[in-house]
Amino acid sequence: MTTIKVNGKDYHIDADPDMPLLWVIRDIVGLTGTKYGCGAAQCGACTVHLDGEAARSCVTKLGSVAGRPIVTIEALSANNNHPLQLAWQELNVPQCGYCQSGQLMSAAVLLRENPNPTDQDIDDAMAGNICRCGTYTRIRAAIHKAAQLQREGVKS
Amino acid sequence: MKKMIHGKIRNRIAIFLSIVMFMVAVITVSFTSASKNTKTKPPVTKDSVASVKAFMTVYKVLTNTRCMNCHPAGDSPLQGDDSHIHKMNVKRGIDGKGLYALRCSNCHQAQNTPGLHMPPGNPHWQLPPANMKMVFQGRTPRQLALQLLDPKQNGGRTTAQLIDHMANDPLVGWAWHPGDGRTPPPISRAQMAAQVRLWIAKGAFAPDAQAK
Repeated sequence: MTTIKVNGKDYHIDADPDMPLLWVIRDIVGLTGTKYGCGAAQCGACTVHLDGEAARSCVTKLGSVAGRPIVTIEALSANNNHPLQLAWQELNVPQCGYCQSGQLMSAAVLLRENPNPTDQDIDDAMAGNICRCGTYTRIRAAIHKAAQLQREGVKS
Repeated sequence: MKKMIHGKIRNRIAIFLSIVMFMVAVITVSFTSASKNTKTKPPVTKDSVASVKAFMTVYKVLTNTRCMNCHPAGDSPLQGDDSHIHKMNVKRGIDGKGLYALRCSNCHQAQNTPGLHMPPGNPHWQLPPANMKMVFQGRTPRQLALQLLDPKQNGGRTTAQLIDHMANDPLVGWAWHPGDGRTPPPISRAQMAAQVRLWIAKGAFAPDAQAK
C-alpha cells in the first residue's frame, strides 16, 4: 500500500510500486485530465507537478512518490482561472487539445520561476512538450499573455 | 699565570660546549626528518613516461560517450553512443540540473527506466554547473590532464579527491551500468581507477601537446 497526495488529498493505493504514476492518476485516482502520449518521457502530455516540478508521470514510479505533493491539471487553479488558463482561452490555443494539459503544467513552472520570459526562455522551457497540431506559436503568445496577466495581478 | 690557565680552560670548555651543541643539533635534525618520513608516504618515484601512459588510458574513458555526454562543450547534454545533442534541446541551467520545465529529474529517475530509448537514471543526474563546466568534449589529452589537476577547473578537488571521484562517485559509476542500448566505457571502473592512481602516483604528468 502506498499513500500519495494528489491535489491536496491523500490516496491509499494498493498497486505495484513500479506502476507508472500516470496509470495511478488516471485509472485508480480517476483524474483523466493528464494524458498518455508516448510512455517514454518524450512528449510531455503526462506532465504533472511533483514537489512543484514538471515531472513526466509516465516514467515516474508510484513507489518513488509516496507522501510527495502531486498536482494535476485539475488543480492548477481553483476555478480554471490560472493566468495561463485565461490566456489559453482568450487566444484559443488548443486545436485537438490532447497535449494541452501537459503544456499548461510545464508553462506554469516557467511562469513561476520567470515571470517575464523571453521567446528564448519559452523555447527552453517548452521544447519538451510536443504538439502534433502545431499550436506552438499560439502557445508562445499565450505564455506572453499569461505573464502579462500575472504581472497585472490576476491570481488563480 | 693563573689568568692564562683560566683562559685556556675557558677556551677548552667553550670548544667542548660548541661540539656538544653541534652534535645535539645534528641528532635532533636527523630525528625530526626521520619522524616526518614515517608520517608521510614513501617518496614518489616520478616517471613521466609511465604517468602519461596511464593518463592516456584514462583519457580514452573520459572521452568515451558515457562520460563525455555529460561533460559537453556546449550548454546541452549529449545523448546516445553517437553523442547527438539531447532531444528537446535540454539546457544545462545554473546548477547543471536543467531549466524550468526541463529539469533533469523530471524525466531521469533514480534508476534507469528499462527499455531502448528510455531515460537512464541516477539520483544525482546532472551536468557540471554553469560556473564550472568541466568540459571533456574536444579537449586534447594535455588540455584535459591540466584541467583535471587544476582545482579552479575540476570542482575544487585535490588529487586525492579526484581519485575518489573517479573511483567512488555514484554518478560516475552509472557509466558502467548505463541501461539498455548504451555501450559502457572500454575498461572496467576498477581498471580506470587504478590508472588514475598510477597517473598521479607517478607524478601526474600531462601528455605533450601533440599527444592524441
